Amino acid sequence: MKLLRAQLGSELRVLLRNGEQLLLIVGIPVLLLTFFSAVDLLPTGDVASVDFLLPGIIALAVMSTAMVSLGIATGFERSYNVLKRLGATPLGIPRLILAKALSVVVIEIGQLVLLVGVAISLGASTSSLNVATTLTAVVLGTLVFSGIGLTLAGRLRGEVNLAAQNGLYLVLLLLGGILFPLAELPGALQTMARVLPSGALADILRESLTGAGVSAGSSWAILLVWAVIAQISAARFFRWS
Amino acid sequence: MILPAPHTNAIAVEVEGLTVRHGFTLAVDNVSFAARSGRVTAIVGPNGAGKTSTIEVCEGFSRATSGSVRVLGLDPQKQRAQLNKRIGVMLQDGGIYPTARVGELIRHYCTLFGNQRLHTELLNLVGLNHVVNTTYRRLSGGEKQRLSLALALANNPDVIFLDEPTSGIDVHGRDLIRSIIQQLRDRGCCVIIATHELDEAERFADDIIVFHQSKIVASGTLDDLRANHEEIRFRTSLSIDIASLTRHLGFEVRMVDRERYIVDGTSNPEVIVALTGWAKDHGMSIVDVAAGSRRLDDVFRQLTGGDQQ
Repeated sequence: MKLLRAQLGSELRVLLRNGEQLLLIVGIPVLLLTFFSAVDLLPTGDVASVDFLLPGIIALAVMSTAMVSLGIATGFERSYNVLKRLGATPLGIPRLILAKALSVVVIEIGQLVLLVGVAISLGASTSSLNVATTLTAVVLGTLVFSGIGLTLAGRLRGEVNLAAQNGLYLVLLLLGGILFPLAELPGALQTMARVLPSGALADILRESLTGAGVSAGSSWAILLVWAVIAQISAARFFRWS
Repeated sequence: MILPAPHTNAIAVEVEGLTVRHGFTLAVDNVSFAARSGRVTAIVGPNGAGKTSTIEVCEGFSRATSGSVRVLGLDPQKQRAQLNKRIGVMLQDGGIYPTARVGELIRHYCTLFGNQRLHTELLNLVGLNHVVNTTYRRLSGGEKQRLSLALALANNPDVIFLDEPTSGIDVHGRDLIRSIIQQLRDRGCCVIIATHELDEAERFADDIIVFHQSKIVASGTLDDLRANHEEIRFRTSLSIDIASLTRHLGFEVRMVDRERYIVDGTSNPEVIVALTGWAKDHGMSIVDVAAGSRRLDDVFRQLTGGDQQ
């Protein structure tokens, strides 16, 4: 327990000391939520912008932390031989993975509290909030995105991994129903976007936060399939050095 | 600070018929050696000779293609958790995240090994008190090496593997690292150093293992390696009849360059007398006569046919 606590502290210190990571996991989600809630640019129909945005921004935050932040940090740790060095201590691989997972959970809890607080201050309605469903979706989304992030981190060189994670983040942001409804996308793109994990997570969260999900049932199935594939892929392809 | 270790001079690392392949590349080719507690064993050779690949198998980082390795009687693959508590590892390139701070990193590694109280002593030992709050990326090359060494000492190891410990650092940094290596040896630790700097190995190693093209080409104490590698060096401005001088001295004479010559295999004063007598008889003067054992790098050149790669 002591080793786990020490490694968790180390993971959080490294993450919180990194300005780019903070921008990614806190700055961008808060900025997008605040800006597009205050400026009426999005085609959200009768729904208040903030009510439309909050579920998607939470999905974005999960993606930022579990995929991009974890993936980039782990990729560089692999290139710098940090993981190899830790392999020569009594920490062990299971504790190292658990410490990384817990650091993601701690950050996500902070993100949820912050984003929901900002959204409420911007007038968001939380009357339909289903906490259990929201947390389950966040956990499942974390499994999906951490699996994708670790797969890339385990196979690509540090700099290539950095570019790939950021590129994927952008694609999933634009095609994830985060900033605008998927119905606004052209036909073929819309079909593809509906099976992406970011879109599925945003849809489930939209249902659990505002009761406005489009197809929450199929989104759960899509997210579950992604979770299984991503975790198997990470286990299969991740390399420690 | 450093606790005494038992069984000084016992075999701590035993490598038998080790072969390591990385894909189609043969990194280590059927090597065998032993390293003892209370001694510094230097594994020397040029880059790519197989030093790091050998050490990484001993550390448990990679698997042997064939052969066996025991460290403190343990199998580095199957008993790695037990072994990690007793070995220290200094990687060639640090293995440290650039934004990690010196003080917290040493404290963290001490915690991982259950030696929290060692933290301050390690900081003092490696002389990094003045950069406790500095991040790794802002350290000088020597400070980075010293930090890496401190992490390798966080468990007070019985065997320590140091990969290029003095590479790229200044004189004071080298002195400090040498002094720590001396302390480790004195308290009975088995110190294994991989280095391509032969003069460094010559300074602090008790036993030397010479790698070349994935194989061990020589091993033993420095004196063992230098035995039969004595020579007399001299200079003359005139061209000499090498065959005639070789016959006269009974030892092979070779020309190093236009003015410098070497008599191989002896440093005997009687041979020097014979050499000066021969020169006088041939009306030539010789200067800068020196006799003694060869430097390790000269021995290495001879062992590898002058091929450093």
